[in-house]
Amino acid sequence: MPLRSKHLLGLEGMSKEEITLILDTAETFREVLERPIKKVPTLRAVTVVNLFYEASTRTRISFELAEKRLSADSVNFSTDASSVKKGETLKDTVRNLAAMKIDMVVIRHRSAGAPHFLTRFLDASVINAGDGAHEHPTQALLDMYTLRKKYGKLKDLRVVIVGDISHSRVARSNIWGLKTMGAEVAICGPTTLLPWEVEKMGVEASYNLDEALNGTDVVMALRIQQERLQSNYFPSLREYSQLFGITKERLKLLNKNFTIMHPGPINRGVEISDEVADGPYSVILDQVTNGVAVRMAVLYLLRGGEGKFEESG
Amino acid sequence: MKRAVRKKPVPKKSQAENLIIAGGKVIDPASGLEEMADVYLQAGQIQKIETKRLLSGKKLKSSWGEIIDARGKLAVPGLIDMHVHLREPGREDEETILSGSEAAVAGGFTTICCMPNTDPPLDSQEKIKFVLERAQSARCRVFPIGAVTKKREGKELAELGDMFTAGAVAFTDDGYPVMSSEVMRRAMEYSKMFDVPIIDHCEDLCLSQNGVMNESFVSTTLGLPGIPAASEELMVYRDIKLAEYTGARVHIAHVSTAGSVELIREAKKKNIAVTSEVTPHHFTLTDEVIRTFDTNYKMKPPLRARADVEALKEGLRDGTIDCIATDHAPHSSEEKEVEFDQAPFGILGLETALGLVVTELIDKGILTWSQAIAKLTVNPAKILKLNAGRIKGGMPADITIIAPETSWAVDVSKFKSKSRNSPFGGWKLRGKVLFTIVEGEVVFRAEK
Repeated sequence: MPLRSKHLLGLEGMSKEEITLILDTAETFREVLERPIKKVPTLRAVTVVNLFYEASTRTRISFELAEKRLSADSVNFSTDASSVKKGETLKDTVRNLAAMKIDMVVIRHRSAGAPHFLTRFLDASVINAGDGAHEHPTQALLDMYTLRKKYGKLKDLRVVIVGDISHSRVARSNIWGLKTMGAEVAICGPTTLLPWEVEKMGVEASYNLDEALNGTDVVMALRIQQERLQSNYFPSLREYSQLFGITKERLKLLNKNFTIMHPGPINRGVEISDEVADGPYSVILDQVTNGVAVRMAVLYLLRGGEGKFEESG
Repeated sequence: MKRAVRKKPVPKKSQAENLIIAGGKVIDPASGLEEMADVYLQAGQIQKIETKRLLSGKKLKSSWGEIIDARGKLAVPGLIDMHVHLREPGREDEETILSGSEAAVAGGFTTICCMPNTDPPLDSQEKIKFVLERAQSARCRVFPIGAVTKKREGKELAELGDMFTAGAVAFTDDGYPVMSSEVMRRAMEYSKMFDVPIIDHCEDLCLSQNGVMNESFVSTTLGLPGIPAASEELMVYRDIKLAEYTGARVHIAHVSTAGSVELIREAKKKNIAVTSEVTPHHFTLTDEVIRTFDTNYKMKPPLRARADVEALKEGLRDGTIDCIATDHAPHSSEEKEVEFDQAPFGILGLETALGLVVTELIDKGILTWSQAIAKLTVNPAKILKLNAGRIKGGMPADITIIAPETSWAVDVSKFKSKSRNSPFGGWKLRGKVLFTIVEGEVVFRAEK
């Protein structure tokens, strides 16, 4: 069974079967990445453009590496090097891309819906690599892949996402994906940073971290942006870390074999205390390799690949 | 004080031949008239309405004048849209007074009132005169609404008296609210001298901030910054309180929330001089449609939730909402075809308004024809003291003839407006404008 859409715009509405397919396919690519020659010819002659309108190191490198491992031809386009600074609009850029007959676009953009906008003017497959505060589906797939690998399943895991849910695309994609896969998801943060009627996403919402952490397997601590301070979302970083910082003390509330995740970069001492950040429960390094495998799976499946990746002779 | 050009027939002095609109069902909400009649038009005026001895025969004939066979059709007072943006001066690439008036007559409107948020804004007598000058060659009547404050900055009162004398029919900083309550209080007090309403775009800018859509579960899932209903309701409440305190008339533009409807309903019970309008898009669409990130769903106030839409319809039904106005807001496709949060607010309205009123309100039993037409004619005419909105002997011969049962598909590419930013392209609507008559002259005739 292939994916229903040729685009990956978000995890909202994606089925359990589709997510499982991506995670299973990533598993096969993970094996490829362990080999001495980490490259397969799967996407030979496929042209992928990485369109990064917003600074990103990890996601961009991860996609680039995934494309190279699949033997795709990839072109990078980032705001610094392009005509965006000369006032070219997204539509102009996209029209140019269309004229270049590219096959796939990976887009990171500060505006929610920018990937959807692309699909209206392009025949290519569009992969959302983060759009405003909307979705970041490959990050959530990567998080789910990592958790599934560690726990063997996602069903019935209790995951608590802590922090600025309002402005987080990672939180949204993870909520949709994890809920679909049968996990129990709770969000916890200052009331000012929990979006309107967020409970309707099927999550438990609270602002008492100690209560939320009780009996939890996975904690995802979101990065706090300094500029939120200016908008009065909370009075000080000090108070934030007191109320919502993941400290060693609070780890005691978690289930055995717990996991701490952070989409990084960490504000040490704010979202996560130093001792927790450097503790043995972090999965940050696994995430790098897993990220490449998951993105390879997405690229492969969106190009019409079916089922588990099989290398042809 | 008197407006200089009080009964101003805007189009050139009528050269119209005698005309009989024969056999249509004539609806004049103000008098309650709703029956078959022949309407005789002469020298730009309605000469008489004959309900007894109608012309008859397979082909209608009369030696008195030309005949429009309106049998099976409705003849209603020419529609009035008290809230349009014509973009002239400043953005003539998006709309002009002429192109806007062409869109108006294609939509059945014979009178439109244009908002002052042009570039430069209509904040002085000379600019009001400029619009009226340009309106001479428009296809319908165009009345300017002046700015409340200089440059629409919300700080210093503009010369309301001067603009009134020149022909401004109301005042507003539309596009923006008058944020300062003190400035609003003075504007209301001052406007009493001319007995014109202050129209307010109710939005607490501190609350709406960088919001681009209704704050709701939909904005939560889309990750788009929200505009809470409270940002509108706070200002509606403030304006009602100030109207009560000053005794001035205030008109709430484009009401969008259930809370605003409730506030206005309560104010009317207390006989506070508040009136209000709703746009066709607000009573038709909810914020769910934004899931496509289509910028033709982006406007201010934003599309709200289902419960708000229902409350707006109830407000229309029980009379809390007096008028239907389009907030026709042309934008170029270069400006509108961008990322959702980067796009300007506003959509077209003139050419789809009647179809939406029929399809969403009349067909669904929210309003009768007479009630709906009142909100598009005599009600705005009363609020703005326009000599229009009636089918009655001696009134200007502004009449719209409608095929009430005819369905038609909205084809945005055929719009008379210079812009294309309508979300209703491809919609099937009922109620088609066949003829629009301004001052006895047929200014629009539907293609066969």
